[in-house]
Amino acid sequence: MTAEKSEGKFIRGQVKGLIGDDAIAEAMRQINPDVVAAYPITPQTLIVEKFAEFVADGLVDTEMIHVESEHSAMSACIGAAAAGARAMTSTASQGLALMWEMLYVASSLRLPIVMAVTNRALNSNLNIHCDHSDAMGARDSGWIQLYSENAQEAYDNTIQAVKIAESIYLPVMVCLDGFVVSHSLEPVEVLPDEAVKEFIGEFKPLYSLLDVDNPITVGPVDLPPYYMEHKRSQWEAINRAPAIVLEVGMEFYKRFGRAYGFVEAYRLEDAEIILVAMGSAAGTVKAAIDIARSNGSKAGLLKIRMYRPFPWSAIRKLLCNAKAIGVMDRALSFNGEGGPLFTDIKAALYEAEKHPKVINYIYGLGGRDITLRQILNIIEQLEAVGRGEPVEPIQWVGLRTKEGVTFA
Amino acid sequence: MPTARELAKRKPVIVSGHRLCAGCGAGMTLRQILLSSPYPVVVACATGCVEVSTSIFPETAWNVPWIHSAFENAAATITGVEAAYKVLKRKGKISKEIKFIAIAGDGGTYDIGLQALSGALERWHDFVFVCYDNGAYMNTGIQRSGATPRGAYTTTTPSGKVIPGKVQPRKDLTAIAVAHNIPYVAQANPAYWRDLTTKAEKAITTEGPAVLVVYSDCNLGHGHEPEEAIELSRLATETCFWPLYEVVYGKYRLTYRPKEKLPIRLWLEKQARFRHLFEPQNEHIIDEIQQEVDKMWEKLLWLCGELETKEQTEDTPA
Repeated sequence: MTAEKSEGKFIRGQVKGLIGDDAIAEAMRQINPDVVAAYPITPQTLIVEKFAEFVADGLVDTEMIHVESEHSAMSACIGAAAAGARAMTSTASQGLALMWEMLYVASSLRLPIVMAVTNRALNSNLNIHCDHSDAMGARDSGWIQLYSENAQEAYDNTIQAVKIAESIYLPVMVCLDGFVVSHSLEPVEVLPDEAVKEFIGEFKPLYSLLDVDNPITVGPVDLPPYYMEHKRSQWEAINRAPAIVLEVGMEFYKRFGRAYGFVEAYRLEDAEIILVAMGSAAGTVKAAIDIARSNGSKAGLLKIRMYRPFPWSAIRKLLCNAKAIGVMDRALSFNGEGGPLFTDIKAALYEAEKHPKVINYIYGLGGRDITLRQILNIIEQLEAVGRGEPVEPIQWVGLRTKEGVTFA
Repeated sequence: MPTARELAKRKPVIVSGHRLCAGCGAGMTLRQILLSSPYPVVVACATGCVEVSTSIFPETAWNVPWIHSAFENAAATITGVEAAYKVLKRKGKISKEIKFIAIAGDGGTYDIGLQALSGALERWHDFVFVCYDNGAYMNTGIQRSGATPRGAYTTTTPSGKVIPGKVQPRKDLTAIAVAHNIPYVAQANPAYWRDLTTKAEKAITTEGPAVLVVYSDCNLGHGHEPEEAIELSRLATETCFWPLYEVVYGKYRLTYRPKEKLPIRLWLEKQARFRHLFEPQNEHIIDEIQQEVDKMWEKLLWLCGELETKEQTEDTPA
């Protein structure tokens, strides 16, 4: 996200002090969805609480369904969206895990549901703090996933998500780091209500269960003769999503002056050492890069905004000239190697002309802090990797070991 | 109330050509219920026999808008549709009067669907939940459910050398629905079509949540000839295994009282799922089932205020 404040060119809003959850709730108020079905879970709770206030005060027209579980939240959103309503929800962690079955149904039925996910670790053991394990478990569920570095991005992503979803009939997950973003007070530019309304437009569904004169059968049994073709068409749809995400991002920029693409390239032009990160850690990485640069390092950051579908070629192009790449994963994949982002980045580079060394940095699990010093130490290690020094490919950052805390 | 002739003339909601088994109780039940609606309906179906045999792509047996999303969530899905209807009507985007029906078997109601059903009832959505209760997971091949009667053979409660079929009696789902203090709950049986269609119309036109728990014969799972479906359904009620009653805001009313309460043996002996109970070492189970039926019937009569005055005041339900 880069704000370009050229005078008079863009529609300006009002800067308010908001926590991430409130920023999402504000966006939802302005979107004024027909149906919100949600279940409370830390650290998402404040979204549903704030939105319930808007409902109670008559500031939205929304029918809010206080479901008895996240599984029912997604099921009700599916029913509502199939009935031609604009439907939204939000969840985190175990809630997203409980929804898992219905995530695939939502995307396979091509329902444009928008959901905020305040990223939180998964049980066991119980931990309410941030990591990306929850959303990573849903990464291949057919949802578009957008990650937010801060409250402003969470707000902007939510508004764009509605337009993206309804343009391509696919559900969109807007991820924001639990507590780090969801509960931190930040200045957020809240756009004028009318401008948001105009930007997202009216939802005109192709089909509706409420069109009783033209009955449709939604979610039939689909056996070997047709199932594969239906999956093919869903696959084609999500492959078309990147173009829509760019288009919506461009329109958002033209109106409001904040540019959004698949990724954000931070000081990448001549970068030899590139860190790849998602979510709030990107902010800390940027600060570390500025320090490293002032000390002569040619470091840069590739921040992933759209993680699904994965922007393979854009990432390949931006990374292939580096000397060393550090992929920061705030989630594990028990795949016998590294984190999920690491695996994706390496796969993206397979088709590249050059193959820089890629190191995986597992960090921040269950809300473990990631510090500026740790990132500077990572950059230093990557410099060594760039010089050809051997380094173990999977590194854990901030891990308590017998020798002390790693990268401290 | 429309006559049978009038009902038969209404546009069918489920058309012929669906792939339910010959003699399937669910097909009859749903035909009767859905014809009873004076309003257009939208249906949500849980995974199960009805769902898999009426919607095989590229065909559909449904003449009304219909959605299936998963097994445990028919109630949650329909509440989303109903909420959409409420808000879109408020916004003037829809003007028609539409009613909402969720359909599930006993597995999708008593067991995996109970949580979503309870939530939807408590939230007071305007919809009808129809459970066609055939007493087991018939779609997956006759496995035990919370609705399976005591003693019944299923593929997961086989009658073995040590354990003679299902050990526990079935859950009283109707009572669970009643405990939500909703406007309308009824137990019905397609063998009594007038009773069923009357209840269906009441449930559909009642504002707020309603639940219909309907006996649904399954000749494959119960083990008898397809043409015996209605006869066996009727026996379920005449033996008082499946009494017909309705509960309006907690107030019970018996809607049919058998002239003569028949012994449960007459119903058990015609179904292969209970055959092993007639072996000498298991006969005592039949007596126990009879006692359970008697107890439940007595309790129901008490709830419905049908006992003699003295008994009615002195007895309390077990």
